[in-house]
Amino acid sequence: MMAEAGLAALWLAAAMALLQLAGGLSLIGDGKLASLIRPAAMVQGALCVFSFCALIWLFWITDLSVLLVASNSHIDKPAIFKIAGTWGNHEGSMLLWVTVMALSGAAIALLEKRIDAKTLGATLGVQAVVSLGFFAFLLFSSNPFERLVPAPAQGAGLNPLLQDIGLAFHPPTLYIGYVGLSVAFSFAVGALLTRQVGPAFARAMRPWVLGAWIFLTLGITAGSYWAYYELGWGGWWFWDPVENASLMPWLAATALLHSVSVLATRNALRAWTIMLALVAFAMSMAGTFLVRSGVLTSVHSFAVDPERGAFILTLMLVYTGAAFVLFALRIGTVRQGEPFQLVSREGAIVANNIFLSVILGIVLIGTLYPLAAEALGDKISVGPPYFNKATVPIALLLMLALLLGPMLRWRRDEIARHKYWLVGFFAIILWSGVAVWQFAPGVGIFPTLGIAFALALAVASFVPLKGRNLLRTPLPIYGMVIAHFGLAVSVFGMASESGFSKESLTALSPGQSAQVAGWTVKLDDVNPAIGDNWVGIQGEMLANRGGKTFALHPQSRQFFQPEMQTSEAALLTRWNGQLYAVLAQPDERTGKWQVRLWWKPYVTFIWFGGALVALGGLIALLGRMLRRPRKPAKNNWASE
Amino acid sequence: MKPKHQRLVLALVAFVALIGAGFIAAAALRDEASYFYTPTTLAKAQVEPGKAIRLGGMVQKGSIVRGTDGVSITFTVQDQEGEQNVAYRGITPDLFVEGSGVVADGRMRADGVFVAESLLAKHDENYVPKELADIDMTAAQQTKDTLSK
Repeated sequence: MMAEAGLAALWLAAAMALLQLAGGLSLIGDGKLASLIRPAAMVQGALCVFSFCALIWLFWITDLSVLLVASNSHIDKPAIFKIAGTWGNHEGSMLLWVTVMALSGAAIALLEKRIDAKTLGATLGVQAVVSLGFFAFLLFSSNPFERLVPAPAQGAGLNPLLQDIGLAFHPPTLYIGYVGLSVAFSFAVGALLTRQVGPAFARAMRPWVLGAWIFLTLGITAGSYWAYYELGWGGWWFWDPVENASLMPWLAATALLHSVSVLATRNALRAWTIMLALVAFAMSMAGTFLVRSGVLTSVHSFAVDPERGAFILTLMLVYTGAAFVLFALRIGTVRQGEPFQLVSREGAIVANNIFLSVILGIVLIGTLYPLAAEALGDKISVGPPYFNKATVPIALLLMLALLLGPMLRWRRDEIARHKYWLVGFFAIILWSGVAVWQFAPGVGIFPTLGIAFALALAVASFVPLKGRNLLRTPLPIYGMVIAHFGLAVSVFGMASESGFSKESLTALSPGQSAQVAGWTVKLDDVNPAIGDNWVGIQGEMLANRGGKTFALHPQSRQFFQPEMQTSEAALLTRWNGQLYAVLAQPDERTGKWQVRLWWKPYVTFIWFGGALVALGGLIALLGRMLRRPRKPAKNNWASE
Repeated sequence: MKPKHQRLVLALVAFVALIGAGFIAAAALRDEASYFYTPTTLAKAQVEPGKAIRLGGMVQKGSIVRGTDGVSITFTVQDQEGEQNVAYRGITPDLFVEGSGVVADGRMRADGVFVAESLLAKHDENYVPKELADIDMTAAQQTKDTLSK
């Protein structure tokens, strides 16, 4: 019954989206149906939430007469993974997408009061068009509520790699980010349609961009940590196409976040901001396409279906194509914004946007090139060497721009005014660069510069607080400071990990020890271990450094449903790094166990910094939401 | 600077930046993109030692030899017509066994041995490295063709 109710709610929600679109369209004429837009958006949100809850319920009770449950769940699965399994598959994740999208529409309808009724109507109309595409996708090619007759006695289970607490939060976090960018897209198209591209529009769009960006940041950070400890390869970023699929929208959203602030406060960069909003959503859709179609080799491509890929590709081409045509037609009517000098806050943000766009372009080309080559008959893979070589120098330039940017004045400034700071930063970079070079000559140019720039940025990020009354400083300023400082922390971790990691790969008999970076790790014994739905072996290791001893328990697990083996790395976290231990299968001849150990100095800074960046975003968002909306008074810049 | 000029300059800067991104990407791709080979195509191609490539095929039965240090192995990758010796140091994937499919990232050594830096094994029905999925299909197709003859 529940499955049918969920499906019915989904159809009704699609009908609401149609109504919402009709209301939006009527704005072109007499606007008679415009009063329908807001209620339709709210009802649509409620129906989608109901539908999604119905699916969670079906997974919770493991109703095996539902095809999706039968093929992705199992009665023996732990309860938390039964629920997480709801969105750990193609259909469920698309339902989540649609639900978040409908909820955002409802939130706009309920809360948005800063822009005029017509632009709001147009925005919700565009939002309806986008959701209708995804409703069609769900209802016609990915129905999550399809019944299976007869019902099997057991389910097929969920990929063990995905049976992890990381899965419970990683995909929904990213999806909320993707969908948040669809709201920015709707605002941008809505404002283009009603010719209201100005600060009011930017202020309405900004919280959505900020919110989407926070979720993307968290999702990428969590995904990186998940890959780090779950895959057992010791890496934290593989330039896997699916990782790139989440990175590209983040890059676009980061650029958009900065340019929308310029538009909101200085009324400049109008066309530029609209363009970035369109690109950001295009990247979200491209990301969904890459993940969902399985066109690329990836550990994530558990749902491979060309028909679905074609559907999403069509949606992406239609939406972004139409939006860019509209952009080309209307951009002439968007008036030029306020001018600014090259050396100014605006100029620095333009530099930020350009560096981010270049990185985005490089990642996009590297991700799509194998696809294009395959169409021409060549099989090519593009891996970390390409991405590191091409993106790291640009990212370092971006960090240099970030040293000075936040302390520049709006409109016009003089470099000479900041010469003492510049000399100071240069001294930090020189000193730390030489120190790293002295301490570890063979470490390579990128990690050396990464550490030097990160230290300078850690100082520079606090300069905008200088001379301010700290109690009266607006929250968004604190948000910016924390986010920029978080970036410095994260880059420091990345540079340290890539430059200073130590590795030891040995075969040990019980009782033998291995050394890595001052640690002595003794393999005491290997014992059998058992979990809810797996059996395996567990190494009993003792790690010793400087007289202190810690226990480590790496595991190798054999899952039953589906059958699969995974390695569970053991992590020992110290403030200045992590010891990472992997236990592999024994060598049949000698009875020795393969043990891989890494010492990764300051590796935790990567994710700690990522969390700080997201926290900075959250503080800025709170600051924007707590402050009363500005009255549309004399200096109302809303164009025309 | 006049407003009209400013927009033009910005558009120009963006354009130049995008061209720049294209150039950087093209240069890095020329050096770092790795081509996929099977033992047969690898034998025909003249791949210079040290260039990053990918090799895919089946692990030949009886070819896995474990080194005395317990962590290095050598094995042979084969397809319908060719063979290639591979050396690897590290923990092999859980499903890396003789007769299974494998994709190896690595470089050719001057002595003609392929030195693998990472190995991807065929995991389960739901996740097959994409290149291998294609190979399996060609193999199945060839079997079908032979049978129909």
